[in-house]
Amino acid sequence: MEKQNFNIIGTRADGCDEKDKVLGNVVYAEDYIMPDTLYCKVFRSAKASAMIKKLNIDKAKALDGVSCVLTHEDVPNNESAKNVVGQTTEVGLLEAKQRILATDRVRYYGEPIVVVAAETPELARDALELIEIEYEELPGVFDPEEAMKPDAPKIHGDNNVIANWALRKGDVEKAFAESDVVVEAEYRTPRQEHAHMEPESGLAWVDDMGVINIRYSTQVVEHYRDVAAVLGIPESRVRTIGTIIGGGFGGKEDLTVEVFLALCSWNTKRPVKMAFSREEMGFGRQKRHPYVLRYKTGATKDGKLTAMQAELISDSGAYVMLSPWVLLYSTVHSTGPYFIPNVKVDAYSVLTNNIMTSAFRGFGGMQVAFAYESQMDALAIKLNMDPVELRKKNFFKRGDETANFQSIPSEVMLDEAVEKAVEALGPKSEPSGKNMRVGRGFACSWQSYGRMTYLHDTASSWVGLEMDGSAVVRCGIPDLGGGQRESIRAIAAELLGIPLDEVHVISTDSQVTPLAGTVTATRALFMSGNATKLAAENVREVILEKAADMLETAAEDLDIENKMVYSSRQTDKKVELVKVIRRCAAEGISIQSLDTYKAAFTDEIKTNVIKDPVYNDWTFGTQAVEVEVDTETGKVNVLKHVSVQDVGRAINIKRTEGQMEGGAAQGLGFALMEDYLEVDGVPITWNLTEYLVPTSKDIPDSNSIILESRSGKGPFGAKGIGEPSITAAAPAVANAIRDAVGIKVLHLPATPERVFWELQKKHQS
Amino acid sequence: MKKLPIELTINGRAHELLVSPKETLLNVLRERFHLTGAKYGCGIGECGACTVLLDGLPVLSCQLLAVMCNGKKVVTIEGLSPQEAAAHPMQDSFVEEGAVQCGFCTPGMVISATALVEEKSEPTTEDIKVALRGNLCRCTGYENIIRAVKTGARKMKEV
Ligand code: FES
Ligand code: FES
Repeated sequence: MEKQNFNIIGTRADGCDEKDKVLGNVVYAEDYIMPDTLYCKVFRSAKASAMIKKLNIDKAKALDGVSCVLTHEDVPNNESAKNVVGQTTEVGLLEAKQRILATDRVRYYGEPIVVVAAETPELARDALELIEIEYEELPGVFDPEEAMKPDAPKIHGDNNVIANWALRKGDVEKAFAESDVVVEAEYRTPRQEHAHMEPESGLAWVDDMGVINIRYSTQVVEHYRDVAAVLGIPESRVRTIGTIIGGGFGGKEDLTVEVFLALCSWNTKRPVKMAFSREEMGFGRQKRHPYVLRYKTGATKDGKLTAMQAELISDSGAYVMLSPWVLLYSTVHSTGPYFIPNVKVDAYSVLTNNIMTSAFRGFGGMQVAFAYESQMDALAIKLNMDPVELRKKNFFKRGDETANFQSIPSEVMLDEAVEKAVEALGPKSEPSGKNMRVGRGFACSWQSYGRMTYLHDTASSWVGLEMDGSAVVRCGIPDLGGGQRESIRAIAAELLGIPLDEVHVISTDSQVTPLAGTVTATRALFMSGNATKLAAENVREVILEKAADMLETAAEDLDIENKMVYSSRQTDKKVELVKVIRRCAAEGISIQSLDTYKAAFTDEIKTNVIKDPVYNDWTFGTQAVEVEVDTETGKVNVLKHVSVQDVGRAINIKRTEGQMEGGAAQGLGFALMEDYLEVDGVPITWNLTEYLVPTSKDIPDSNSIILESRSGKGPFGAKGIGEPSITAAAPAVANAIRDAVGIKVLHLPATPERVFWELQKKHQS
Repeated sequence: MKKLPIELTINGRAHELLVSPKETLLNVLRERFHLTGAKYGCGIGECGACTVLLDGLPVLSCQLLAVMCNGKKVVTIEGLSPQEAAAHPMQDSFVEEGAVQCGFCTPGMVISATALVEEKSEPTTEDIKVALRGNLCRCTGYENIIRAVKTGARKMKEV
């Protein structure tokens, strides 16, 4: 029977590493040192599209103190693994998703060409300066729609469109013809930089057993497989040790420093260290996909949605990376959390000579949310209907079918969420000056948690009791700071009836911790939480059975609390956990368990029209904001923000709120200020002075309201919250700006310039 | 390059050392003293992750050459608490209020917050926002950090 009365789950307990973080004790990737270490740096392309005519590394090699200078010729397999990490299903679309070092051609500004390792970071930098290169520029293409044209320069192969997904449901033509109102618009979203505070970094060494160890900051422990494939050595000879991560948000999901580190330490047989500079984080790594979204939505005069048609185009940059998956997310999520009988969506991801784009919190769900929620407000205006009422008429209900013909498996608490969000904004603020206008907006979203089901996702965890009644959990789950380790600690402590600080979690060592998959796709709590729950329940069962023997009672009546096994029926029947453990040990009964959780499995998607289930489940929520717009300057200030999310069950309230607030802040940045700009493929906002992220001064009063339907597929009914927390922030802001000053916000971010010009246009018309 | 002798008091202990003219205070702290609480987040004065106290005032250690700190007193996150065995009240408040996620910005935040409260014992929300605007945090959305500074200020009064 599943445990129901909780002492730890659902509290605001402190996490397992926060104390060490405030004391400055945590050894992050760059804080780790080893004697005799070399320093690695990468020589990168200074052109967005060019042939490499000449490359001379002799002078760099000859520099005193330089240990190795490697080009593509030194990389055994220069293309990153075709298989997608941690998965059982091969996805053809993702082939050649990333090149380690450029061969004869560079395709984006910042593409790695040479990697060097030297005695000091300064020497490594000097060596880069000695590399001689001559380019012959090639025509580039920097706009995905240009890149779709038949005569556009080709980035790889003979087609720049590297992914195409579609939805087909009902008959949109007929439905639009019969609709009372139709709204249509084109939306654009920016290229967003993750801007995690910790740069990509790590240290690699070859140990005395001939195993390459890579201790670094990653969301994906399973990258040891990619490293092994690149080096052409058995996977069993590469060990990745994940550190506590200084933020990632999807930015540490693809390959970062691990392959460079492995190549250099394999070649020199010495420890090698590397950290990206902030500049390199700017132009040397992937971003969020910019999108063009063309939407057409129809409704009846009483506000029932009739049809939706959309065209989505994403800029994949110069390599494929995870673009097809991101696009798949966008496609399935493009309808919003609404039942629409007729849907037609065509989505394309296109290669260009821009910086690569890949995973980022929200993973394609965020760009479409801006469009579908702007459309809903446009419809409400046209119908002269309350936007809350309009949405309530159309929200999915549990069991409804989505446009990919998948039934919604859990509760959809959007009626409650939207009501609470709007109400929690409280009384409307007074404008702070005569040019100021105050407005309000909200947006509703859905966002899947867990990986796509055709990937056959699994996670394993090991739980074992010690002789003194403390416990160890081994589970390969990177900790991004969201409380990933803390939640599995709480689950084990709760089920085994021991205090939190007597449970130790060992995470992210690929040769020590059972593989649990990535910390991406809002899957950590869902997958590792379930795996840890299974393993802890197995151990609990052994303890309760043995205690039942000892107490001469039934195991069903027993529970464990504070290291005491007791009967809920007969108060005199109790025995210390430690005594039960000793008895088990004396009788040779194992009090350790390794178990594996399997998510829903479906067949591989065979056609580009998605007609089958793709996700496990969704998290639904609403965000509402109040903004003040300065009509003189176009500057938008967010005054208040509310996020209401049904998280299924909050394992730790503090961590859940933390996700909701942090996700929203990134969403507000995306709405108002963040834009990674390039001119003909050359980045111009690569540092934090030009690429602005929200500071303490930009953040509104924020209120996070947790709903708990207990209907999710995670442990104890939990859903995921990491990504859903970001999704609805931007459309809420866009809708609030429209409410304040009556302009449509079609292009994010809504910078002062954009808002100002829209206001000018409005005055002129 | 010629090395220069300097004296530095770090977390209450006096040191004499030779530094190269190009070495930053952040490098000296991290590489020579293995005080890795101060972080390299950008190296160009944009993020605040490297904040330490120099003669009691918060400074960006990535922007200071070690030679400029000759004769001065440096306090890092590792030495912030006056008692070795216990955390500083501001450190405790950051844990209590859930102001720590990935923790990378945390040492710098705590240092800036402590310096603010040393100067102004009851800071308003606006004071806190202004004092912390040079310390970027990408995880928390600042809400809990601001609350933690208020709680920390209350606790600092009590001790
Ligand atoms: S590292 Fe000093 S301000 Fe960023
Ligand atoms: S807690 Fe991660 S940057 Fe602040």
